Amino acid sequence: MVTMDYEPSSAGQESYILCADCGTVISSANGSGLCVGCLRNSVDITEGIPKEAVLSFCRGCERFASPPTAWVTAQPESRELLAICLKKIARPLMKVRLIDASFVWTEPHSRRVKIKITIQKEVLANTVLQQTFVLTLVVHTGQCPQCTRLAAKNTWKATVQVRQKVTHKRTFLWLEQLILKHNAHKDTINISEKRDGLDFFYTERNLAIKMTEFLAGFVPVRVKGSEQLISSDTHSNTSNYKFTYSVEIVPVCKDDLVCLPKSQAKAWGNISPLTICSRVGNTLHLLDPMTLQQTDVSAPVYWRQPFESLATVSDLVEFIVLDVEPIGTTRGKYVLADAQVTRASSSGTQADDEGMGDDGIYHTRTHLGGILQPGDTVLGYHLTNANFNNEAFESLDANRIPNVVLVKKTYPNRRKKNRTRNWKLRSIAKEAEDVNESAANVVGRGALGRRGGLDQKNVERDYELFLRDLEEDRDMRAAINLYRADQKPEEEEDGEDVQMGGARSKPGSGMRGGKRRTGAGGARADAGGMEVEDDGMAEDAEGTEADDEDEDFPEIEMDELLEHFEEMDMGDELEGGSEVQ
Amino acid sequence: MAVRTQFENSSDIGVFSKLTNAYCLTALASSSNFYSVFESELADVIPIVHTTIGGTRIVGRLTAGNRHGLLVPSTTTDQELQHLRNSLPPSVAIQRVEERLSALGNVIACNDYVALVHPDIDRETEEIIADTLKVEVFRQTVASNVLVGSYCALSNQGGLVHPKTPRAELDELSSLLQVPLVAGTINRGSDVIGAGLVVNDWCAFTGLDTTATEISVIEATFRLQGQTSAAVINEMRDSLIDHYA
Repeated sequence: MVTMDYEPSSAGQESYILCADCGTVISSANGSGLCVGCLRNSVDITEGIPKEAVLSFCRGCERFASPPTAWVTAQPESRELLAICLKKIARPLMKVRLIDASFVWTEPHSRRVKIKITIQKEVLANTVLQQTFVLTLVVHTGQCPQCTRLAAKNTWKATVQVRQKVTHKRTFLWLEQLILKHNAHKDTINISEKRDGLDFFYTERNLAIKMTEFLAGFVPVRVKGSEQLISSDTHSNTSNYKFTYSVEIVPVCKDDLVCLPKSQAKAWGNISPLTICSRVGNTLHLLDPMTLQQTDVSAPVYWRQPFESLATVSDLVEFIVLDVEPIGTTRGKYVLADAQVTRASSSGTQADDEGMGDDGIYHTRTHLGGILQPGDTVLGYHLTNANFNNEAFESLDANRIPNVVLVKKTYPNRRKKNRTRNWKLRSIAKEAEDVNESAANVVGRGALGRRGGLDQKNVERDYELFLRDLEEDRDMRAAINLYRADQKPEEEEDGEDVQMGGARSKPGSGMRGGKRRTGAGGARADAGGMEVEDDGMAEDAEGTEADDEDEDFPEIEMDELLEHFEEMDMGDELEGGSEVQ
Repeated sequence: MAVRTQFENSSDIGVFSKLTNAYCLTALASSSNFYSVFESELADVIPIVHTTIGGTRIVGRLTAGNRHGLLVPSTTTDQELQHLRNSLPPSVAIQRVEERLSALGNVIACNDYVALVHPDIDRETEEIIADTLKVEVFRQTVASNVLVGSYCALSNQGGLVHPKTPRAELDELSSLLQVPLVAGTINRGSDVIGAGLVVNDWCAFTGLDTTATEISVIEATFRLQGQTSAAVINEMRDSLIDHYA
């Protein structure tokens, strides 16, 4: 016997009705009682979506306005343009599902952009309709705010004027590297070199304030803000200002000799008035090399009673260490020691030239006891034959002024070697290039040295000194980015002015022409011109010497260097180098 | 014969009127347009009564009836009841029903022989329905909807039910009612048949939104094509002759 089970058939679960409009038999599943065709006729899912919109286009920079405020470069029929166009109807599009959008070709001169848009929307429960429509955008030409400002010759809104009233450019070279490392120049629209400093231009006030704060974080500065009224609207109570921030950097640099007024020295921990500036962070660090006593001078304290440096780096002269005897006092990396030094350049007869009747050997106390060895070369201030015009210095007891103040160790043997540097620095020159096109044949170091003439030569010299400082100071290197140079020695020898001056034989370059300022004895032939000497001549004089390496030279390791230097266009600098010659 | 009409800009005329083979109820409107449409079709044949039920105008949804009787909800006032009693033919029994589901038009769908009712209706109510309307009562749903009165319209000739009623259910209901049933829509795709359509054996009124296709479905389902009351009598005579021949 066969049992029959009742199975509800799926066919019986369906139901068919006539479409209310056209009468065709349809499944009743869509819930509207209408066939798809009739439903589409009766419901317009594009309702509420504008079919026409306006596209703003800047004639000056050929960019499209991307709401709310951005201006974007977009090619015709590009993704970017499509995105901008769809943004125009973004709000109504929220209510539907965007399936497809594509450009319909239009004649460019018609100033129309047409986009075919396909959307889907659920009209009733379980009924999704898809519809295609054309959005026509009318291109309205105008000017973007930047072009408006450019046209009105009103390109910047705020400027930061950075000044340091010193003879050299080392601080600015150092600042340039700091700015590069921290990318602080990314909002800057223009950098121009002025006497004793640089001007940074910004489109917004807050960007300028950011820059001043950045600078205040790295160097002791005094900031003064001022504003100039450009225009004002009494009806809306708004006004348009230009802001200027004057940032003055303390004119005391690292390794400078400073003589403090007596009262001030007493107030700052009774430090000896004759100090050297050991470090410049966002405060000045003054060090008494005789006692290792230190004091920090913050910017506000400095500006209350400013003081000048007595002697600067350019006044340093080379000494040979004859003997060093630590006396036991240490402070951090500094070791107090008694040292005997003699002038590196003196050749026996020099002693008579000194007119002192001594043997040319000076006894002094130094803070460099930790790194000096007999035979080393060291840079110091020769106070015996210096002639300072400084009230504080004159008030010192002449008997207590040391003959020599040693400042830092140097590596002259290193310099002689005709070696190329395996590293380079970046520069913001590329960005700054368009600053003054009139000076196209004048190429400087980054933002500096673009004013040509003597100034450019000074910058060339300062740049070389700056590179040497970097090579000799590990701490300084750590604060900035060094990049690996490409290994093309032949080209470098001719074209690279980053390398040692000795490789360059053509006269007239900044390196060669640099006539050094001598301290007191201006008439005296300074054969031992300390740094920017003619290397060719130096080699002649010292060619017989054993070519000994300085073992403790703070070598730059390859892993300190960064890659990707190629990304930046070095052609600029190469080209510049050849032009200088 | 199906007529399109509107009650004060609403196409849901089933809410505001009740039509049977013996009488017609219409709601009180601000104008008599709605009443006039019924009057022009039915005046000579059956009484048309202006009334309210419990003070409201939604007479079609609150009452249920056929040619044997009329059920009104407990909210109906004595005055209204008296008015109905005076207006309707004496053959029509009027009964007030104490039922929790007081919208009787929504929970009861009936012709002169069979009634489909909401599955949760009281047993007493069920008995009252059977006694007053002289019908067989079935507890049923239409396309999974318990409000059978809202989702179907019945006459002795046929019935229109919710568009999503599966064919199997259509067959089942049709066998209970012993009339052909069709799934369909009213008022241009609306599925609340009871609200959009009132129908008796020779006449139907639909909402103004109803399309020609829907009208043709209604006319075919309820056998209204070219039919007047005379034609119905002729047809009945023919079948009698057939029967007794």
